[in-house]
Amino acid sequence: MALFGLFKKESKQQLDKGLSATRENLFSRVARAVVGKSKVDEEVLDSLEEILLSSDVGVPTTLRIIERLQERVSRDKFVGTTELNRLLKEEVAGLMADSGNGQEDGTMPMPYVILVVGVNGTGKTTTIGKLAYRFSKEGRTVLLGAADTFRAAAVDQLKIWGERTGVPVVHQGMGADPASVAFDTVKSGVAQGSEVIIIDTAGRLHNKANLMDELAKIRRVIGKVIPEAPHEVLLVLDASTGQNALEQARQFISATEVNALALTKLDGTAKGGVVIGISDQFKVPVHYIGVGEKMEDLQVFHAADFVDALFAEPGKSMTNK
Amino acid sequence: MFENLSDKLERAFKLVKGKGKITEINVAETLKEVRRALLEADVNYKVAKQFTDTVKEKALGQQVLTAVSPGQLMVKVVRDELALLMGSSASEVNLQGQPAVLLMAGLQGSGKTTLSAKLANYVKQKKGRNPLLVACDVYRPAAIDQLKTLGEQLEVEVYSEEGVKDPVAIARHAVDHAKKQGCQVVIVDTAGRLAIDEEMMHEISALKGALQPTEILFVVDAMTGQDAVNTASVFNEKLDFDGVVLTKMDGDTRGGAALSIKAVVNKPIKFIGTGEKPDALDVFHPERMADRILGMGDIVSLVEKAQEQIDEKEAAALQKKIAKNKFDFNDFLSQLQQIKKMGNIKDLVGMIPGVGKQIKDMDIDNDSFKGIEAIIRSMTPEERNNPSLLAGNRRKRLASGSGTDIQQVNKLIKQFEDMRKMMKSFSSGKAQRMMQQMQRTRR
Ligand SMILES: Nc1nc2c(ncn2[C@@H]2O[C@H](COP(=O)(O)OP(=O)(O)OP(=O)(O)O)[C@@H](O)[C@H]2O)c(=O)[nH]1
Ligand SMILES: [Mg+2]
Repeated sequence: MALFGLFKKESKQQLDKGLSATRENLFSRVARAVVGKSKVDEEVLDSLEEILLSSDVGVPTTLRIIERLQERVSRDKFVGTTELNRLLKEEVAGLMADSGNGQEDGTMPMPYVILVVGVNGTGKTTTIGKLAYRFSKEGRTVLLGAADTFRAAAVDQLKIWGERTGVPVVHQGMGADPASVAFDTVKSGVAQGSEVIIIDTAGRLHNKANLMDELAKIRRVIGKVIPEAPHEVLLVLDASTGQNALEQARQFISATEVNALALTKLDGTAKGGVVIGISDQFKVPVHYIGVGEKMEDLQVFHAADFVDALFAEPGKSMTNK
Repeated sequence: MFENLSDKLERAFKLVKGKGKITEINVAETLKEVRRALLEADVNYKVAKQFTDTVKEKALGQQVLTAVSPGQLMVKVVRDELALLMGSSASEVNLQGQPAVLLMAGLQGSGKTTLSAKLANYVKQKKGRNPLLVACDVYRPAAIDQLKTLGEQLEVEVYSEEGVKDPVAIARHAVDHAKKQGCQVVIVDTAGRLAIDEEMMHEISALKGALQPTEILFVVDAMTGQDAVNTASVFNEKLDFDGVVLTKMDGDTRGGAALSIKAVVNKPIKFIGTGEKPDALDVFHPERMADRILGMGDIVSLVEKAQEQIDEKEAAALQKKIAKNKFDFNDFLSQLQQIKKMGNIKDLVGMIPGVGKQIKDMDIDNDSFKGIEAIIRSMTPEERNNPSLLAGNRRKRLASGSGTDIQQVNKLIKQFEDMRKMMKSFSSGKAQRMMQQMQRTRR
């Protein structure tokens, strides 16, 4: 957390509000059924299944979590409400990759290059605006690259974010070769001594081979300027997306070696549970969550808080921790 | 990737092979698989549960035809029910009104701006009307520019007001402008909003109140998961929208959200978006969507066609003949006719799971069997009944009689003999196997 400071309290509550809207009944049902028992009964399994499946956790991961919980309950015997909450949190968090990134201990290479990828409309450009804001607030110099040269007015959109956050944007206009924009951006970032370089790319569906090849090429071109770059390939996922996010992750990882995830739109009613399975299966950590459209609405991801919000009883989640 | 649902159902039914009826016991395992397939396709948890309950009722006691397996029949029950829920196909968008006003509504990033442009293109190109695009997303950076750029590309006028932050005022002015300019269809793009954002939901209600739109379209990303239900029902409560548009269908999502939304708001799905270009807009086909959600080839159509075309008694008689190695050229010919009745050969063969891929690039047409038919038709009744009569001289006669050559005749007879042997080895001569066999015979 050295980089971003503490989890903002009001945003946390905002997140809880969305995540826990319909959770009360489910949770108390789970609690009632499990407390004081040494075996998880059918009722609790059903309720748990309902919570997880209706949060987009998906069938295989839900079964895994339930299995792990069953093992724990039979081992630890007579679980109480608090323990149940803790157990669930531990089991789910255990599935998620360690979200530690190089930035936290201050060993961030310079410049630190982030390539932002994802399907259409997930929130890539907005997340870049938010990141630009965060990094500059930290006192770092940031440079943005407008490599979405395809979607109408995409360059303008990023330029506005540049103005808002006081961060320069490298662009070559619409229709330019995105790899060339990325190359230019990293080159001038190096020349200017920028500390963080963030490249926006056009949204693309992961099943379009030619567009995925284009992304791989952007990645390669960046590596020509700085061999270790991009240091972070950030896949932006929309929390409202269902199981298809797994396929998105698979394809983007194979094309661009994604090593970080951002989960956006968690300020809505969608739970984004599919990231549990993604993180588990592909061993890629979630770095950030988006909780609104303003530049402050970005938070560092914490598995425990995420799970907390998934299972939170209204008003109790903060004290339960 | 996903395992085919029909494969799973086949597996689920292995245990109960030979049962002529779908019973409580063999249906339970199957429904579990169906429910799982639905969940994996992002159908809402509760909707999936309701759905399997309905299917159970409908499936119990159904008679299983010999031409299809119980698994296949279950798939058909499931798919029929799904298509039924999905609604009727292609309900047009209403363009009545002076001008007609189409209002877009949906979450952030669902594809409203792109859809607005596609609709403008559709109205202009397909309906010959003059559209006006209206930029009412005053929040997202460069949203207005985005619409303007698209308008330029399509040569459609875009109404916007620089610096004005009141979408209702902009939209009102736009309608006045449309009247003056003689634009017949006004398409209003709006900002994305969350269902729980009260202020923004109030804004879209106000837009509805001020514009009295001809059509309100709820625009939703086809990749949406469980939340589709919440979002759709809140938007529907607030707006009572007229139709749904599913975007980004050119991806590989199974699109279960379509079913969830249909189940909770019961509004027609009017269009699907199938690409980033302005002409990538399609009408919605409920059956195709049902198949996509279930993640299967067209096994269902195959079953349907088999049910229509294959006479059960005839099939049973044929099986006996095959078992006794009495399958003859008359039977072969009648099988050919049946297959031809069922439709396009390539399509049919392509429907068989596992065969589809190899067949796709092959060149097969319904004329492929012409030579074979001609040769068989040149045979005398005795020859047809007793293929062993077909020695050298007779073969020559067949070749000249059918306008083919001796090689073709020899090949057919050889393949027929092979086929007869193979068929005998199938304990249950299934229609699909026969078709595969005939495919080989042809080559
Ligand atoms: N409520 C909410 N909206 C968000 C969040 N992140 C992004 N958005 C909105 O989602 C919409 C799409 O965001 P963009 O940043 O343009 O998405 P993108 O991935 O760059 O889109 P393309 O470049 O068109 O593929 C915009 O309206 C954003 O304001 C978030 O965390 N919460
Ligand atoms: Mg973008």
